[in-house]
Amino acid sequence: MTTKDQLIMGIETSCDETAVSIVKNGRKILANVVASQIESHKRFGGVVPEIASRHHVEQITIVLEEALAQANIELKDLDAIAVTEGPGLVGALLIGVNAAKALAFANDIPLVGVHHIAGHIYANRLVAEMKFPLISLVVSGGHTELVYMKEHGHFEVIGETRDDAAGEAYDKVARTLHLPYPGGPHIDRLAQEGQATIDLPRAWLEEGSYDFSFSGLKSAVINVVHNAQQRGEEIVPAELAASFQESVIDVLVTKTLKAVKQYGVKQVLLAGGVAANKGLREALSTAFVDLDVDIVIPPLALCTDNAAMIAAAGSVLYEKGERADLTLNGNPGLEITIHNDSRK
Amino acid sequence: MKVLSIDTSNYVLGIGLLDGETVMGEYISNIKKNHSVRVMPAIQTLMNECGIKPGDLSKIVVAEGPGSYTGVRIGVTIAKTLAWTLKIPLSGVSSLEVAAASAGRYFNGYVSPFFDARRGQIYTGLYKFEDQILQAVKEDQLVMSVDWVQTLNEMNSKVLFTSNDLHLHEKVISEGLADKAVFAAITEHNPRPAELALLGRDKESVDLHTFVPNYIRMAEAEANWLKSQENNK
Ligand SMILES: [Zn+2]
Repeated sequence: MTTKDQLIMGIETSCDETAVSIVKNGRKILANVVASQIESHKRFGGVVPEIASRHHVEQITIVLEEALAQANIELKDLDAIAVTEGPGLVGALLIGVNAAKALAFANDIPLVGVHHIAGHIYANRLVAEMKFPLISLVVSGGHTELVYMKEHGHFEVIGETRDDAAGEAYDKVARTLHLPYPGGPHIDRLAQEGQATIDLPRAWLEEGSYDFSFSGLKSAVINVVHNAQQRGEEIVPAELAASFQESVIDVLVTKTLKAVKQYGVKQVLLAGGVAANKGLREALSTAFVDLDVDIVIPPLALCTDNAAMIAAAGSVLYEKGERADLTLNGNPGLEITIHNDSRK
Repeated sequence: MKVLSIDTSNYVLGIGLLDGETVMGEYISNIKKNHSVRVMPAIQTLMNECGIKPGDLSKIVVAEGPGSYTGVRIGVTIAKTLAWTLKIPLSGVSSLEVAAASAGRYFNGYVSPFFDARRGQIYTGLYKFEDQILQAVKEDQLVMSVDWVQTLNEMNSKVLFTSNDLHLHEKVISEGLADKAVFAAITEHNPRPAELALLGRDKESVDLHTFVPNYIRMAEAEANWLKSQENNK
């Protein structure tokens, strides 16, 4: 007897990407369509929520159609529709949520609400099967977190940022160096070209804490630039970028390593947009060579926002029995732990 | 021919079902509650009550704005998605046109529906019924209510005003137009979803992929950006 394949559609509109994907059995991507608005937001130096929401309305049915065509399936073949419920920009979330509800209603398909970060973590399952317990290091424009998972669909945040997310710090430092938006990739590239010669602080916080803080580092970078200007000295951008990046990565890797040892996990997953950072990928891959721990780093396209990750998380949550009804709303402040008490 | 109409462009949430020449049902509420949570359940409830399945629908009509940006987007997103997945045509109708049709069908003169747009501004347009057909006399616009009243005063005709925001601009209108101003009764301020369905039923359908709300106003960030581009020339 063969069991029927499970087909999940993912919809993601939490920020500036309109994305729809179809994933088979939680692990195989049949379609992954992302319409990025980055070119439109560049002129503003950041994502403008109202503009993002307008673009989502322009793109949503086009992206839906393309995803179905790529996967070569029909809506009626789907087991469920998984949609990013939060966190994110509320006006942007509402487009995906309401499109998902309309689809679920019109085709009588179960609906599952997914936490955006749960999606980022589950991007890893599109690369390698998850082994529990595990720890995921989530680093993105809005998040810096260490998430412990004892099993599928269960999330425990053991550390998070107390101020800026790592991605925000990257963007601000990039602005200080007059690099174009988005700054993260530019810093990463510059950092590869220079040596970390400038002494910058690392915020370890109190003993035993897995929390992060990047605002002090950000201020230190601004001070270095400011002081150099006052003295009429030239700052070498590549050196500053390398020094900044080294400080960020040092803290991220050290805290992850500590958590891995304390929690005795089998696997470490890297997740979120900053996971596309070359320096971080290299540092993490080397930090764990001596330990009996798998490290999984998704390819770049699965680290940034996409809907395959939402479908992958949705697949597991659907199996767990989670269901949303037509009152599902976009929730900009959604907590990832919402998934722990299965919402049936 | 079963038409589903959706209006979420302001506080009023309106869902209508038109079957041929019969209005099967309407759902209207005028409360400050979240449209995103309530629209799909309202559609589901009304369709269930009327015994209509999604596959029975032959057209979707949506109020395309102006109004609350977020509100209009919710309705338009649902309308586009439903029309796309059900493979049926979609038409957009001005939210102001619906309001005009809902109050002024038997009024002999102009109809000026409006929505408050803060700081003395209103979204409005000017409409007139001629032989039972609603005509747009002046296009939908964003204007100071004081200026709008002055424009209307020069037209020397009775004008019917209909709006749930009437109280915010009633003084300006009365002072500017005196007895040329007529105010609709409170029971006529809510745009009726059945009128929306009727207006959209015979209207040419849009290309649903490229269909977007009529915001009237550019996003603030974009307007500022354009201004800065001008200044840098
Ligand atoms: Zn993200």
